[in-house]
Amino acid sequence: MKVSYRWLKDYLALTTGPAALAEKITRTGIEVAEVTQMSAGLKKIVVGHILSCEPHPDSDHLNICQVDVGQDEPFQIVCGAPNVTTGQYVIVALPNSRIADNVKIKKGKMRGVVSMGMICGLQEIGFADSVVPKEYVDGIFVFPEAIEPGTEVYEALGMNDDIIDLDLTANRADALGMHGVAHEVAAIESLTPHFENIVVTESDVQTADQLTAQVADEQLAPSYHLRMLQNVTVQPSPMWLQTRLWNAGIRPINNLVDVTNYMMLTYGQPLHAFDADALMGDHKQIEVRLAKTGEKLTTLDEGEHDLTNEDIVITDGHQPIALAGVMGGLNSQITADTKNMIIEAAVFAPTAVRKTAQRHNLRSDASSRFEKGVNVADVQTALDAAAAMMTDLGNGQVTAGTVSPTNLVPTDKVIEIEADRINRVLGTEIATQTIVELLERFGFGVVNTDNHLTVTIPPRRWDIEIQADIIEEVARLYGYDNLPSTLPTGDMTTGALTTEQKALRQTRHTLEGAGLTQAISYALTTPEKARQFTLVDSALTVLDWPMTQDHAHLRMNLITGLLDDAAYNVARKQTNLALYEQGRVFLKQAKAQVRPTEIEYVAGLMSGERQIKTWQTTAVPVDFYTIKGVVERLMATYNLTAAVDYRPTQDYPEMHPGRTAAIYVGEQLVGFVGQVHPAVAKEYHLKETYVFQLDLAQILALPTSSVTAKPAPKFPEITRDIAIQVADQVSNAAIVSAIKAKGGAYLCSVELFDVYAGSHIDAGKKSLAYTLTYLNESATLTEEEVNLAFEKVVAELVATFDAKIR
Amino acid sequence: MSLKEQLENLQQKSLQDIQKVVDLDALNQIRVEVLGKKGPITEVLRGMRDLSNEERPKVGAFANEIKRDLAQAIEARKAELEAKKVATQLAHETLDVTLPGQPVKKGTPHVLTQVIDDLEDLFIGMGYQVVAGYEVEDEKHNFEMLNMPANHPARDMQDTFYITDDLLMRTHMSPNEARDLENHDFANGPIKMISPGRVYRRDTDDATHSHQFYQMEGQVIDKNITMADLKGTLEYTIHHIFGEGRDLRFRPSYFPFTEPSVEVDIACFRCNGKGCNVCKQTGWIEVLGAGMTHPNVLKAGGVDTEVYGGFAFGLGIDRFAMLKYGVDDIRNFYLNDVRFLNQFTQEG
Ligand SMILES: [Zn+2]
Repeated sequence: MKVSYRWLKDYLALTTGPAALAEKITRTGIEVAEVTQMSAGLKKIVVGHILSCEPHPDSDHLNICQVDVGQDEPFQIVCGAPNVTTGQYVIVALPNSRIADNVKIKKGKMRGVVSMGMICGLQEIGFADSVVPKEYVDGIFVFPEAIEPGTEVYEALGMNDDIIDLDLTANRADALGMHGVAHEVAAIESLTPHFENIVVTESDVQTADQLTAQVADEQLAPSYHLRMLQNVTVQPSPMWLQTRLWNAGIRPINNLVDVTNYMMLTYGQPLHAFDADALMGDHKQIEVRLAKTGEKLTTLDEGEHDLTNEDIVITDGHQPIALAGVMGGLNSQITADTKNMIIEAAVFAPTAVRKTAQRHNLRSDASSRFEKGVNVADVQTALDAAAAMMTDLGNGQVTAGTVSPTNLVPTDKVIEIEADRINRVLGTEIATQTIVELLERFGFGVVNTDNHLTVTIPPRRWDIEIQADIIEEVARLYGYDNLPSTLPTGDMTTGALTTEQKALRQTRHTLEGAGLTQAISYALTTPEKARQFTLVDSALTVLDWPMTQDHAHLRMNLITGLLDDAAYNVARKQTNLALYEQGRVFLKQAKAQVRPTEIEYVAGLMSGERQIKTWQTTAVPVDFYTIKGVVERLMATYNLTAAVDYRPTQDYPEMHPGRTAAIYVGEQLVGFVGQVHPAVAKEYHLKETYVFQLDLAQILALPTSSVTAKPAPKFPEITRDIAIQVADQVSNAAIVSAIKAKGGAYLCSVELFDVYAGSHIDAGKKSLAYTLTYLNESATLTEEEVNLAFEKVVAELVATFDAKIR
Repeated sequence: MSLKEQLENLQQKSLQDIQKVVDLDALNQIRVEVLGKKGPITEVLRGMRDLSNEERPKVGAFANEIKRDLAQAIEARKAELEAKKVATQLAHETLDVTLPGQPVKKGTPHVLTQVIDDLEDLFIGMGYQVVAGYEVEDEKHNFEMLNMPANHPARDMQDTFYITDDLLMRTHMSPNEARDLENHDFANGPIKMISPGRVYRRDTDDATHSHQFYQMEGQVIDKNITMADLKGTLEYTIHHIFGEGRDLRFRPSYFPFTEPSVEVDIACFRCNGKGCNVCKQTGWIEVLGAGMTHPNVLKAGGVDTEVYGGFAFGLGIDRFAMLKYGVDDIRNFYLNDVRFLNQFTQEG
């Protein structure tokens, strides 16, 4: 809502300046977006009177004008506007003037003819296209009346008014009219607003004889009122009215339409004007009803609309002539030839208006007001004021009486509240008398009975409904800045992360410690990406009405997000990547499941070099064992009771069939680690890329073992190394588990320290070397004991794997 | 030459030899030669038997004195030579300390996570619990229980990703307040909770809009919670994140789920209140919305509004991060360019 400071002064004896007032309004409850003055930055722009206007000899569209600009001699100005002509009073930018966008105008020559400045259109001095009267959109502006040449134009065009732009929240529709704003400012400034009394002079013709009206269902239009004007003259509005409209962001059209808009700005009550003679049928009638499927209406903006049976329409008994509360029909609009007219003031069902405006993409000043509600006490007042002003500006006669098929009787609301409750909620100790005074400044009635307050709210503040609303009114006028600052007291509470929250944080810290940077990707993705790399089978969750197909499906894995991130980085030449993401996937494993289960996962991605080339070291590329090391380290932090087991798998089609391990804890599958299938990597324009993905929720639910401290061993360890040659297919896991099985009571660790295949080794064979460590925690081991145990291991390896000891 | 003179000469010569020697082996040789049993002092002392009984102890004492002096001189010279030897060796070991060290890899937490962790730690310290909730919510918790009944403008399709008529991607973190109210037993004490998390809006991604972003909601419900408590809590939070000295502005606002409601502005970072492009010439930047929990919300959660009341607040994590670090495009948070992510290394 753009509020004219000058207009506000019609109602209030304001002493606070516009900028200071704006800050006070903001701090009291309605945010001011900005305070502007259209004349700011403009210089030397005056009224000119065109004394003569001759065609330019060397141009088919330029005219050479002699313009009286209040100086001794007329100025010669060349003008290209199609509507320039002798006798007009126009806007002249003199030499060395400054127009919109900080453009400087100089004396110059146009096709050889001297031009002392420029004759301007409104846009050239800063007006938006949308507020310029249609007849002046493509040319210069012409003042409708004579103004002393040489006078600065700002006053006449309303450009030196201060415009306070209110950013209204949805509940404060009461301030969508100047009267509402005046009440609000009156409360802030402790003033009393004064409004004009409306007197309508009616003719002898009875409206009811000319017109009948009905509302099919009272819910659609609980208050509906029509007045009629006869023998009106359609013409441009006077300048004072036009300037008020365009300063509020509304384009002046003609005196009748302008008055409806002016009253909307004044009372917040949208009005509509119909050409009475455009109504079909001998007997003029108006009906408010729901549209019938198949009905059509062309609105004022010439848009054609197929109506639905949820749209409220105004009809003339034969066909729709307006979308109620949204926009009028082209078929009944006020034209230059209109003689008799009907003015409508109503209250329409807010939700229906909002949905109609949305459905037909027709949000208007009217619809946005009806959506949020209007002051039911001013519906008739606004109608009367419009009728009165129309007779002033357009002659004509107002017929006697209002036709009102429905009517809402405005009633005050009464809210009871203890002064003490207000203080208890605010944490203040405001005296009851002060509270009473604060509420009275809003124009509320207050009766104080032993600190029990009975507050009477007029209909113009329909947002006030409950005690909390009264508390807010007191608080905001008292000033939020004046509230004390304290912290909650009362029963102690302990704040702490839950075990799961701690584990999620620990997971992040471990991965960061391992060199992985945290990524956060989009959870909404394509169906293909949502489905890839899934740990378990799941149905897809799909958005009903997405914004784009790229973000229409809920992810069921975290890896595709990381692959997108990797692709983005590689495209920017960032190829050494170590990323992880911790977040939820959305799974539907049961057939009938509608709401997906949200499961915490963690995934990682590594590619490029794990060690970059430095002056001391050579580059080392990421490989399977790099990322497996990260996973092993992470898994170790969970202290799981059951052993973690890595088993070769070909279950994941997006993964390399020979370089992927399923991760088991005991016999429970919790994730996988390995190389992305080269074909899939290629789709993302990636080279060799390694990933892992773990179902964290499942892991965190597994049994854990707590650590029981043991003293460091008192007796020395004894080690034995063994190198064996076995067939390629024999896995390290199988060998280690065989060694452990036959290792004896004192074997405490088995460490692989070499893997070799190549020359010196038979084809199809590989060599593995292990260090076996023996320890007796209660006595010194003897060489004999160790030799005995070691020989059993050797024998087992030879027997089971046909191993050759090297 | 008297014995004494012989000893004095010997002392002079030996001292000169000790000073001249340059390596430890040679010094050791001098020690053996001069102080040893076959050394010149022993030799000289053999002549003592010719001395009188009176003179003998004096010369003996003198000879011992010389022995001691020479031994000291040798030790001193030895220390000197050893120090030199070490210094020479260390000089050989000198490195170019300006060569770079071996890189130690450390991943960086996402900047949004850093802001969340910081806020969580702050509120945990004040006795709050952290609540996670669901990213796929139902209408009841996302809207209805928050005083946004059917047909409320905030429930329009255009702003919300619906999955079914009833299911949707949560549009804010407030559903967790409703869930907490629903589940809480005040016998266990007051509600003090925060809930940071991912939310979704039906928006086209651009520099200032994202269809996915992060918010944090918080609420305190107890018997005597005041708006002053809310104000104090918000001041404490904002000063913690943006610095102590920063001016704040509390202004009345409107949210369906709070009444009275408040929005908090901080003095613009760029112009410090004078007005610039960042703050749209107002001097202020909005950072937070809050208010006293609306009675309808309490009632929907089954809370007795005669006994209990409190406050709720909500803030945008992305917005906080953008303001705190001067990030001008929200999409940076979700594209994961490692050069962007790795600059936020300060942790906390
Ligand atoms: Zn600024």
